Formats: sequence, structure tokens, C-alpha cells
Amino acid sequence: MTVKDFLSLLPHTVLLVWASLLLLVDLFIPKNKKAITAMLAGSGLLITFILVLRQWGGQSLAYHQMVVVDNFAVFLNGLFALTGIVSILIAYDYLNRMSIQKGEYYVLLLFSVSGMMLMASAADLIMVFLALELLSIPLYILSALAIPRSESAEAALKYFILGAFAAGFVLYGTALIFGATQNTALVEIVAKINAGGLDTGLLIVGAGLLLVGFSFKVAAVPFHMWTPDVYQGAPSPVTGFMSIGAKAAGFAALIRVFTLALPSFSAVIAPLFAVMAALTMIVGNVAAVSQSNIKRMLAYSSIAHAGYILMALVPYANPAAAANATASALMYLVVYGLTSLGAWAVISAVEKVDGGDLGVHDYSGLGKRHPWLAAAMTVFMLSFTGVPPLIGFWGKFFLFRTAIEGGYVLLAIIGLLTSLISAWYYLRVIVMMYFRDGEVEASKAITINVAAVGLAVLVLLIGLLPTGLFNLALQALANGMG
Amino acid sequence: MTTAINPLVILLLIPLVGGLILWLIPASRKNMLRWVALVTSLTAFGTSLWMLAQFDADSADLQMVVKLPWMNFVKVAVNFEIGVDGLSILMVLLTTVLTSISILSSWTAVQEKVKGFMAFFLLLEVGMLGVFLAQDMILFYVFWEFTLIPMYFLIGIWGGERKIYAAVKFFLFTMAGSVLMLAAILWLGVFKGTFSVPELTNIFGLLPGTAWLLFLAFALAFAIKVPMFPLHTWLPDAHVEAPTAGSVILAGVLLKMGAYGFLRFNLPLFPEIAIKAAPWFAFLAVVGIIYGAATAFMQKDVKKLVAYSSVSHLGFVMLGIFALNPLGLQGAILQMVNHGLSTGALFLIVGMIYERRHTRLMSDFGGLWKVMPVFGTLSLVIVLSSVGLPGLNGFVGEFTILTGAYTSVAINYTLTAILATVGVILAAVYLLHMFQHVYLGTVTHDENKSLKDVNWREIITLAPLLALILWIGVYPKPFFALMAPAVNNLVALMQPYLMAVK
Repeated sequence: MTVKDFLSLLPHTVLLVWASLLLLVDLFIPKNKKAITAMLAGSGLLITFILVLRQWGGQSLAYHQMVVVDNFAVFLNGLFALTGIVSILIAYDYLNRMSIQKGEYYVLLLFSVSGMMLMASAADLIMVFLALELLSIPLYILSALAIPRSESAEAALKYFILGAFAAGFVLYGTALIFGATQNTALVEIVAKINAGGLDTGLLIVGAGLLLVGFSFKVAAVPFHMWTPDVYQGAPSPVTGFMSIGAKAAGFAALIRVFTLALPSFSAVIAPLFAVMAALTMIVGNVAAVSQSNIKRMLAYSSIAHAGYILMALVPYANPAAAANATASALMYLVVYGLTSLGAWAVISAVEKVDGGDLGVHDYSGLGKRHPWLAAAMTVFMLSFTGVPPLIGFWGKFFLFRTAIEGGYVLLAIIGLLTSLISAWYYLRVIVMMYFRDGEVEASKAITINVAAVGLAVLVLLIGLLPTGLFNLALQALANGMG
Repeated sequence: MTTAINPLVILLLIPLVGGLILWLIPASRKNMLRWVALVTSLTAFGTSLWMLAQFDADSADLQMVVKLPWMNFVKVAVNFEIGVDGLSILMVLLTTVLTSISILSSWTAVQEKVKGFMAFFLLLEVGMLGVFLAQDMILFYVFWEFTLIPMYFLIGIWGGERKIYAAVKFFLFTMAGSVLMLAAILWLGVFKGTFSVPELTNIFGLLPGTAWLLFLAFALAFAIKVPMFPLHTWLPDAHVEAPTAGSVILAGVLLKMGAYGFLRFNLPLFPEIAIKAAPWFAFLAVVGIIYGAATAFMQKDVKKLVAYSSVSHLGFVMLGIFALNPLGLQGAILQMVNHGLSTGALFLIVGMIYERRHTRLMSDFGGLWKVMPVFGTLSLVIVLSSVGLPGLNGFVGEFTILTGAYTSVAINYTLTAILATVGVILAAVYLLHMFQHVYLGTVTHDENKSLKDVNWREIITLAPLLALILWIGVYPKPFFALMAPAVNNLVALMQPYLMAVK
């Protein structure tokens, strides 16, 4: 191991060590002072975030081509660290109110974030698998945090079983690709494919299995079945965290493996992407319409948004559109992340013990009782719908533009029409909050309110000046491998 | 022309700044909120007059253009490009006039959540002005969609009984049209290399099929907004449930955004297709005229009657636009202004009645003239203006449109114009029918005997509209002069294709 190797994984290492130490330190923190654990976890993520940023602009393979440091990884790692910080802000007050305040939450969150970061940095299929497990197993436990509530246990079990399946697919795919190329490092695989003379059938089946595994993680149709139950059963801050964290990690692997490393499979994979994207957008949005539980509704909405991102990736092999395709997907992950975390912050603030106030109709009167939270939720719902000038519009603008540029006009139209469907159920939340009277109460804790309102301000401000984020997403691919 | 200070930028900023100031005022200071909103809207109106003073009416070009880089990434730049020309200047003025009047009209009608109401109204003004000023398609789309949010809340929070249904329907209908327009905008931007409207004018080299699809994508968005028959069903709901000021702006300005969209995008971008489509659009316009008038006649609720009269009147506007000759187009633009003034005023008087009696059913009234003579006189002028009585504004617009339709090469089907003329008569039928029931005869209900006549604030609210109604009716020349060069320019663009049709 050289110094360069060590430095390239420095943020990941710091976070993992920090998490392990926190696990021990937490034992000495009294039960009523878990705020200290939360703060320690937050500062760990903050340090990690700073270390991640320092890697911007560099590009190197490390640990025998196992991991890579490039802007793509840095971009996503930054997103993961920030997601972790916001999730802590949201969770602290929520866990108190639900009387499930446990130090383990923060430790497991750190472990999961480190897994996600490893996923974005992985340059070897074995690393991808390890990262997948490192990010998923803490999430299974976090989903069960609200036990003895049966929904929470059910969610955890479902997530675990289907997640294990997904991991199995990834592993099997890796094995087949190894069989075809005698390698698991992406760089070597690309070199072997370019050299030619391989068993293409084996390769394509392997790649297909990887796609299945990643699709589970990003919740793309037809591998989305677990999402509504898990999103509904898991504690709301955990759902918020996984809605963006696990999805972005899944896309990180998907983009890294398929678009950056293996564009030569595009003839087979691109039509698959197109069909999956169309199905995901349609199923997600149509199913969300009939949901009366807000957590289930947002679960289907998260499926739909995975479809939008997939749509952008469809033209990835068209050289004219490839860079934009990946950049718009990255951009949308940030867009979706900010909006989704915000919405889950509001849900966490409104939720009561034993799953009270989770129906969409329970939001009646929120506009009057909690104008700030309601205004923030309005911003998030409109951003999800894609109404300008909010950030969600620019995310979709870039996605649809990419699809049209790549020649997939029909796909873009499906995306636009399903956005129209989505307007129906997002508006319903606003209707409840402002147009109907009610007596709903929400948390007044400063952390959760600051998280929600702060994210809403970001969604609005970046929406007014989106250029910076666009450029950042484009630069994230400037020095990518492949 | 370059000036150090551009009136258009200031015009866009004023309502935005006013909205921010409102935000700082405590919600309990209702009168202060009202005054700030009114002063803001009047300042915006003043700025629009300044713009008018700077405007060179002899030029067909875009004027006071500002073009700032906004997003320059992935090859095709999106610019903050605004400007005003003969097609849009009257719309800008109409917006600033009607916003001020609407705010004045809500002085006592809106008592709850005054702060939010006024703030949404000013935001709405930013959106509407932006739609008329934007010269970049993406910027246009941003403003176009943005107007949905304040209007949605204005209907949903301050609306009538079925406000939720109306608000959601309004939002979804408009969005249904505009999503396909976004696809068309993106397609044009990506494959023609620019989002700038002036640069895109008269696009050559499109396959006929593609051009048709793009034309229809734009047309659908605008036809829903206008609204053209049979896409009008959101309009009666939204109009009836909206608060008075909301109805005024909805009828006065928001519908004009649709008609303006045809003028700004469909005709100059796809002249050939526009000529081919003209007979069909003219047909739908005439169906709208007759259908709107017939439905209006059947209404028992005065506000619904006015709402359906909008469908009918906007049919004239669309007929004028698709006559595709100078007379038709000029008449259409003038009629857009006229409809804004007359129908705006009609909604105001309906609002005044409703504020007094909390009902809008014709059967609850009768003989109002005897109780409220001043109000009766004002109402008569407004109703006659909407009917199209010579000497008032409606006549000038409709007459010009019909002349345009008779002589139109593009429509080339005299029956269309004849049927439209029947629509003018029908307007007289349903409006005078309403007037007779509500104002004439003896006072049939005891509750109406003690009604107070209009107060000074209400007279001031209606006065500017009446003045404009008379001005346009008697001396419309300055209004035509403002738009003529731009309209002639537009017609010249289409001339080669018109020759081909002949």
C-alpha cells in the first residue's frame, strides 16, 4: 500500500474509523444525552465532506485498480456526506418524539454513508459488491429501528430479503463477467473487451445480472416491488436517507459500470434502459395517484424519479449526447436529493407516535398552523412536479433535453406526460395544507425545521441560478475513467 | 437603442420588490398591506407608461432589448432575453392597468389573509409581464408556468365553494398543454441551435411532419389557455370560483397569454403550417363563438354568464388571428385589449353585486337600476361595450376582425365570417337578457331595496376602464398605430406562402 493509495481512500477511511470509534464512545454517553452522539456523527460527516472536496480535480486509480478517485466520485461522495448530515438533523428530534432515541442510529448511518461513498469510488466489481453490502446492511438495521412496531420489522425483513437477492444478482453477474474476461477490475475488463475475442454471450448475461442488481437498489420497474412497503414501514428519517442515499449509490454503480466503463454494450443495454425508464415513469406516477398514505405516495414518487434518471442515461452510447446524459443524471440526483430530503423532513416533523398523521388528509390546515413547514413542503411538491423556477424544473429540463438530443423524443414525451400525472398527487398535498382547515400539529424542534426550511430555500435559490450546479455536474465527468 | 436604465427590467423588478416588502409587513396591518400593494402596482403602471414613451411606434423591431447570458452550457445557450414590440406592448399595458384595478377592487372584498393575497397578486404580475416580454423560449416557458402557482393559490384559498376542484383543474389543464410545448421548445432549441425567438423566426428546413407536430404542440398549449372550443371546460369553473380580482386577471390577462402565444410563436415560427391550419382554427373559433354565446344565454348565474361570454369573445380573437391578414390580426390584438377591459369590468360589477348580496343568481335580482342608479348607468355602458355597440370599444375590434375574416385568403370560406357575425347578434341577446333581468323592471326582492349605490372607491375602480372603453370606441387610431408595423411585418413573413395558397 502506497501513500497515494491511502490518500485516495482517506475520506472513506476517516469516516469508517470515526464510525467505529463512535460506536465505542456512544456506550459512555448517557441515554438522555444522545445529542452528543448526533453532534459527533455530524462532525465526522463534516470532516469527511471537507476531505472529499479536497479530492476535486484529481484522478487516479488506487489499490491495484480497486478504487478510483475522479470528479464523478467526488461529486457523489459530497452528496452522500451532505445527505448524512441532513439526515442526522432530521432524525434527532424525530427519534426523541418516537422514543426510539438510540446512539446506534448515528453509527449505522455513518457506516451506510461510507458504503455509499465506496460505491461511487469503486473501480472493481468486487469493490462494487463490498460497497453494496456495506451500505445495505446498516440500512436493513435502520429500517428496523422502530421495532416493536410491526411495520418497521416487516419493512426491514422485506428490505433484507430482496436486498440479499439483489446482492446475489450482482455477485453472479460479477462471476460471469469474470468468467468471460478473467478480471473484475473495470479498466482490465474494458481493455479485454476492446481487444475482442471474448465470449460475448457470457458477458452480456453478466452485465444483465448486474443491471438487475442495481435496478433493485435504484427501485426501477420491474424491480421496485419492495419500495412502497419499505418506505412506509421504516422510520421516516431513515426513509428520507435511503430515498436519496441508496438510490444515488445504485445509480453511481450503474453509471460507472455501464456508461463510463462498458459503453460497448450499448446496443443491448440502451433499449433495455429505454423500456425500463418508460415503465418506471409510468408505473411510479400512476400508482402514486391512488395512495392516501404520504409515505407510500412518496415511495412511488421515488420510483418515478428513478425512471426520469434512467431516461437520461438511455442515449449514453451516442457520442454527441453521452456527456450530457451522465451529467443530467448526476444533476438530477442532486435535485431529487434536495427535494426528497426536504419532503421527508416535513413528513418526519408531522408524524406522530404509532404512525399517526401520515395520511395525506392529515396535512389539512398545516398552512395555518405551521406556515414555514407548509411553505417548505409546497416548494418541495412543486419542485417534484417540475414547476419553474424551482430546481426540479431545471433537473427535468436537462433530462428531457438530453433525451431529445439523443433522439428519444417519444421517451421525453412519456416523461413529460407522466409529470403531468404527478402534478395531480403532488398538488393534493398543497390542497390539504392550504385549501382545507384542520388542526394538525407538527414538531417545533429547531433542527428539523431548519433542515426543512433550509432545503426549501436551496431548492428555490438554486432554481433561480441553476448554472453553477449544471457546470458542476458537467465538470464531474471531465476527468472520469473510461 | 441602448439606454443605461431599461424600463423593461425595472418593470419586472417592481412587483417582485413590492412582494418582498409585503413579506416584511406584519399580517395584521391590513390597510398598510393594501396600500403597499396598490402603490407597487401603480408604480409598475407608471413604468409601463415610461416604456410606452420610449417606444418607437414606427418600428416593427423588438425594442428595449436586454440580452444577458443566463445559462451557457451544453452548446445551446439560454439567455435572459426580453424586449417589447407592437405585438406585446398593449398586452404589457393591459397587465399593469388591470393589476392595479384588481388590487383596488379587492380592498374590502378580501378580508382574510390579505398579505398572502396581495403577495400572490404581485407575483402573478411578474409572471404575466414576463410572459409578454420574454424573447427566449426557455425564459418564456419559465414565466408561463410560473403564473400557474399564484393563480392556483388565488383560486384555491380565496375562491368560492368549489374552489379546490376549480384550482386543480385550472392547474392540470394548463400544465397538460404546456408539457408538450416544453418538448417542442427543447426540440427546437437542440436541433436549431438557439432558444432565442427572434433568431428562430420562420424556421426553414423542417420536414413537413415535424413542423406540423411542433406547430400542434405549441397550439395545444395556447389553445387550452385561450381557451378554444372544445378545450374550454376549465374556464367556467376557474372563473366562477375565483375571487373577483382573480377573475378579472384571469379573463383580462391570462387568457390573452394564449392568444399572444399564437402571435408570438405559431405564426412567425411556422407560417406555412399556420396558413394550412387556418381554416380549421377559424372553424373552431366560430364554433366557440356560437357555443359560448348559446351556453351563456342558458346561465342563471351572472358570473357564469360572463365566463361563457369569454369563450365567445375569445373566439373572435382567434378568428382574427387566423384570418392572417393585417385587418384580422390588428382587430384580434385590439379585441384582446377590449375583452380585457370589458370582461374585466363585467367581473368587477358582478363582484360588486356579490359583495352586497352574496348571491349571483339572476333570479335574486331585478330592478337594480331603481335602487342603484349610478351603478346601473355604469353597468349599462360596460354591458354595451361587451355587446359591441358602435361608439364603444367592442364594436371597433369585432368589426375589424370580421372585415379581416371576410377578406381572408387563408380562411377563404365566407360562411365562417357569416356565422361569426351571427355571434355578434347572439352576444346582444344574452347580455341584454341578463341586463333586463337584473337591472330593469320593478324591484322584485325586498332585500334589494336597501342596497347602497356604488361608493367612490368603486367608481375609481371602474373609471379607468370606462375611459378606455370610450377612448377606443371613439378614437382607436393610436392603438392601431402601436401595433401596425409589427403586424405588417408578421403578414409580410407569411405573404410568400399565402401566394402559394392562391
